[in-house]
Amino acid sequence: MVELALQPLKESDEVTPERIRKIIDRHEGALGGLIAILEGVQAQFGYLSEKALGIVAQETGRSLVDIYGVANFYQSFSLKPRGKHLVSVCVGTACHVRGAPAIVSEFEQRLGIEVDETTEDKEFTLKTVNCLGACALGPVAVIDGHYFSKLKKSDIEKLRHDAQEGFDRAGDEEDRRIFPVDVGCPFCNHSFMDSGFYINGRPSIRVTVSFGDKHGWFRMSSLYGRYDIFSEYEIPVDTVSHFFCPHCHAELIGSWECPMCSAPMVPMIVRGGGTIRICSRSGCTGSDGHMLDLR
Amino acid sequence: MINLTINGLKTSVEDGSTVLEAAQFLGFPIPTLCHMEGLEPYGACRLCLVEIGKAPNTKLVSSCTYPAQEGLVVRTASSRVLKARKMVIELLLASCPQSKVIQDIASAHAVNQQRFKQEHEDCILCGLCVRMCKEQMMAGAIGFRGRGENRSLGTPFDVKSEECRFCGGCMYVCPACQLRCTFNEPEKAICGGCQNLSPPCVEEEKFDDMMCYMAPCVACEIDKA
Repeated sequence: MVELALQPLKESDEVTPERIRKIIDRHEGALGGLIAILEGVQAQFGYLSEKALGIVAQETGRSLVDIYGVANFYQSFSLKPRGKHLVSVCVGTACHVRGAPAIVSEFEQRLGIEVDETTEDKEFTLKTVNCLGACALGPVAVIDGHYFSKLKKSDIEKLRHDAQEGFDRAGDEEDRRIFPVDVGCPFCNHSFMDSGFYINGRPSIRVTVSFGDKHGWFRMSSLYGRYDIFSEYEIPVDTVSHFFCPHCHAELIGSWECPMCSAPMVPMIVRGGGTIRICSRSGCTGSDGHMLDLR
Repeated sequence: MINLTINGLKTSVEDGSTVLEAAQFLGFPIPTLCHMEGLEPYGACRLCLVEIGKAPNTKLVSSCTYPAQEGLVVRTASSRVLKARKMVIELLLASCPQSKVIQDIASAHAVNQQRFKQEHEDCILCGLCVRMCKEQMMAGAIGFRGRGENRSLGTPFDVKSEECRFCGGCMYVCPACQLRCTFNEPEKAICGGCQNLSPPCVEEEKFDDMMCYMAPCVACEIDKA
């Protein structure tokens, strides 16, 4: 039954000691690795369940109350199941004076929930945060890792709709969430933009890829939100490759893991501010960007 | 040995001592609330404030957590210390006036009224029970939860902890509740002698008297019979 083994394993949501053990092993040796472990657990299971925390306590040899204390100290950890989409509205001072309370109440009305609640269909969770560090762009909200600035009450219904459709699936060229980026190496600061090779009508991003015994160029679309790629050698699906800067030859690697498949993320810096990380597993569309408003 | 000056008296204490220990060694009274021998210093109550350094660059530190340093000049009863200490006592009275421990401290320092909004908290977050549970009872069943004004004390998820074995140590050290367990007759305000007929110490592990504050306990009586 070789075919069966080749089928991609469907990941269930069940919390098991083995899966938690795997997360802990990645942070082994680091004495202060508790927050990283909890982040990993939350990324995989969506929230920190009582059972998951119990297993973490058991496996790390700490008392449950210490871990619980850390887990409910930080805003970013959730002890309750969250909806598919997480809406965080900034209610910091700058956003507040720019009308964040109206944005929060609009979200509450449109979603039919209060702050810190999840809709009954488990689609949305609404949260408020105290500052996102983008005060000049307020009122700001973050939905599933995408930042939205200078929000008006009239924007909210469209955002709710788009979030449900999935920001990543939107393919419209006029879509404001697909926009061009210029990226470079986080180590030597050289640009990755290759104007000798266009993808989607834009200079492509060129880096060096290495997998197995293959080593060659790798180009991808510089439109954030598009996943068109070209590679000198075809990368088999589900391969985790290594990526290198074509200028300084440093491996593009950080301590981040893909929120979707846990493979290492490849960091790049964005001209104009911020970073983009893409998943190093072929076939996985996991990516996250932390950018200043580029629109 | 470390040489330091406390209230003008030169003294020397062993390495690793705190200012509080040095002052107590010389017999200077420093009131404490969250400090208890055998538990890690925590510095939560701020009652043990002392003034260190030479004028005009003096500062107030909590003596229970401040390590004795060579050449340190300490004053335990300067007017600045007394003023700050009075304020701390008033704040403690404002949050938990029913505590006998806090009342005693207040009366010893002639604090008869406080100027803040009166509250009646049942916990002052001194952390004694948390340290007792973790360091002396080796359990780690209770701890702090939450943050800021929502900080509270209890077990994870507010359910009975598996580590807790009803030793009673937390109630024994608590300055705010000061009531021994009365089981199901709280109005009696005297110890009910642990009326739980099957405490975990009987069923599972045995702990000696040093590890239990639940005397008299039915479990021990059964054991003796």
